[in-house]
Amino acid sequence: MIEELPSLLLRGLVLGGIYALIAMGLNIQYGVGRVFNIAHGEFLMLGAMLTVSVYVGAGIDPLGSLAITGPFLFIIGFIIYRTIFTSLKKRAPSPAAFEGSSLLIAFGFIFIIQNAALLIFGGRGSRRIDYLNFPIEIAGTIFRTNQVVALAVAVVVGVVFYIFITRSRLGKAIRAAAQDPATAGLMGVNINLVLAICFGLGALLAGFAGSLISTYQGVSELMGLNYAITAIVVMVLGGLGSIPGSFIGGILIGIVTSIVTYYESALVLPAYYALFLIVLLVKPQGLLGKK
Amino acid sequence: MNIATFTSKKFLVPGLLILVLIVLATLPLYGSRFLGMSSRDLYLAGIVLMYSALGVSWAMFSGSTGYLSLGTAAFFGVGIYTTALMREILPLGVIIVASALASFLIALLVGLVTLRLKGIFFAIFTFGLVMLIGQVVRYYEIVVQGRRGISVVPTGYNNFYFLMLGLVVVTLLAIYFIRRSRLGLSMLSIGGNEEAAAHMGINTTMVKVTTFAISATFMGAAGAVYATRMIYVDPGLIFHMSNSFTPVLMAIFGGVGHLFGPVIGATVFTLLENWLSQVVPYYYPIIFGVILIIVILYLPGGLVGLIPNLRNRLGEAVAKLRKGGQGEQSANT
Repeated sequence: MIEELPSLLLRGLVLGGIYALIAMGLNIQYGVGRVFNIAHGEFLMLGAMLTVSVYVGAGIDPLGSLAITGPFLFIIGFIIYRTIFTSLKKRAPSPAAFEGSSLLIAFGFIFIIQNAALLIFGGRGSRRIDYLNFPIEIAGTIFRTNQVVALAVAVVVGVVFYIFITRSRLGKAIRAAAQDPATAGLMGVNINLVLAICFGLGALLAGFAGSLISTYQGVSELMGLNYAITAIVVMVLGGLGSIPGSFIGGILIGIVTSIVTYYESALVLPAYYALFLIVLLVKPQGLLGKK
Repeated sequence: MNIATFTSKKFLVPGLLILVLIVLATLPLYGSRFLGMSSRDLYLAGIVLMYSALGVSWAMFSGSTGYLSLGTAAFFGVGIYTTALMREILPLGVIIVASALASFLIALLVGLVTLRLKGIFFAIFTFGLVMLIGQVVRYYEIVVQGRRGISVVPTGYNNFYFLMLGLVVVTLLAIYFIRRSRLGLSMLSIGGNEEAAAHMGINTTMVKVTTFAISATFMGAAGAVYATRMIYVDPGLIFHMSNSFTPVLMAIFGGVGHLFGPVIGATVFTLLENWLSQVVPYYYPIIFGVILIIVILYLPGGLVGLIPNLRNRLGEAVAKLRKGGQGEQSANT
C-alpha cells in the first residue's frame, strides 16, 4: 500500500479534478440560486453527447468543442431558470418551500432532458471517441494522456471560474446575491438576472465536465444521474455554497475512489454514500461551508 | 327516518365511501365479465392502489411536518426484500407484518439520527439512504453471495389486488385517526413553526421520529404486497430513486392537504402514464416531466385544490334537495 500510495493519490487527483468541476457547477446553482438541481448530470450528459456528435459528425476537436457546449448549455440553463424557477420563486410561500419544489421540478427535467436526448442522439448505447489515447508517464505512474489533459483543462476552468467569482463585478454581484438577496437587490443588483446567470454558469460547468469526460471514456444518454449523485456527494462534503470547498471535496472523493478501487472496486459506491451520510450527520455544513 | 337524515353530510360521506369500497372490493368478480377487464388491467388497478398507499403514508409524515422525505424507496424496498427472502418459509400474513415491522425499525433508527437535520439536508439524507441501502445490498449479493437479485414465484392477480385494497383502507384509516389525534396536531404545529411548537411543550423529536416510523411501516407493507407479484427482485431497480420520487409527485399532484389527495393523484397519474405510454411511447416520459413541472408550478394544492369550487356547487345542490325533502314532509303532515 505504502509504495503504491503516490500513484493512487495521482489517480485520485485525475478523477477528482473532473468531480470538482461538476460539483462547482452544482454548488453555484444551489449556493446562490437555491435550486437543488438533481438534473445537473443531464446537463453534463448533453455536453458529452454534443462533443461526441460534433467530433464524429464534423471532426471538431473535443477541446475545441468546449466553445460550443459551454454557450449552448449556458443558454439552456439561463432559459430554464428565467422561465421556470423565477416563476416558482414568485409563487413559493417560503425559501424552504422553494427549495423543496425546485428539487421536484429538477426531477421533472431529468425526464425531459434525458428522453429528449434519446430522441435527438438516437440512443445507440455507449459511444466512445478515440482522442489522445496514448500512455504518458508522470512521476513513475502511467496515465492516459487524454485523462491528464482533461484534468489540466478542468483545473484551468476551475481557477478561471474562481477568479471570475472573486474578482469580477458580476462575481461580486453573485456573491452578494448568495449572502443576502434582499439587500443585494436594494444595492441595485438585478437579482433575478443574476440568479439566472448563476444557473446558466452551473449548466456551463456541467457541460464542460461532460465534454472532458467524453475524451477519455464512453458516454451515453443515461450517464447523467450517476454524475449528479457524485456532484451532490462532493458538494455536501466540501460545503454548500463554498467553491473552494467543492474543489477540495472533488479531489478528496477522487482519492477515496482510487484508494477504495485499489482494495475492492465494488465498494466504491457504498463508500461514497457512507462518507456522504457521515458528513451530513457530523458536519452538515461540510468541510468549508459556513453555518 | 327521513331523506334529510340520509343526505346530511354526516352520513353522506361515509356512505359514499363504503359504496366505493364495495364497488372496488367486488371489482375482480364483475370486472372481467362486464367491463372487459383483463388480468393486466386488474394488476394496473393494484398498482394504482399501491401508489395510493405509498402516497398516503408519505403524506402522513411529510405532508404535515413539512419535512421532505425522499426515503420511500428505502422502506418500500426493505418490505420487498424481507418478503422475497421469507416467501418460501412463512405464511403471507406473517410476512407482511414482518416486512412492515422491519421498515418500522429501520425508520426508527434512521429517524433518531437524522431528524435533527433541517430542511434540504433531511431530503438529501433520505435520498442518500436509499442509495446506500441499495449499494450495500448489491455488494452483498454480488460479492458475498455471488449472484444478483432474487428470483421468486408470483402469486395471482386477485390476491395482489385484494391485499393492496386492504392496505390502502388501513393506511387511510390510520392517517384519518392520526390527523385527529394529539400526535397529528403536534405534527401540524411542527410544520407551521417548529420552534414555536417546541416552546409549547411538544417533544418535537419524539413526534417526528414516531410519525416517520409509522409512515415507513405502511411503505414496508406496500413493498411486501408488491413483492407477491414480482418475478425477479433486483436491488438496482428497487432501491431506485424513482421509487422515492414517483409516490411523492403523485401525492403532490393529487394534493397533500386532503386525506384522499394522494389517492386521486395516484389514480390519475398511473392511468395517465399507462395511457400515454401506449399512445406516444417515445414521447411520454417528456410529457410526464412537463406535467410534473406544471403541477408543481401551478397547482400547489394539487387536484383536490380544485375541488372546493366543485364541492360548493355540489353542496348547494344537496342543500336544495334537502330543503325540497323537508318541504314535502311538512306538506304531508
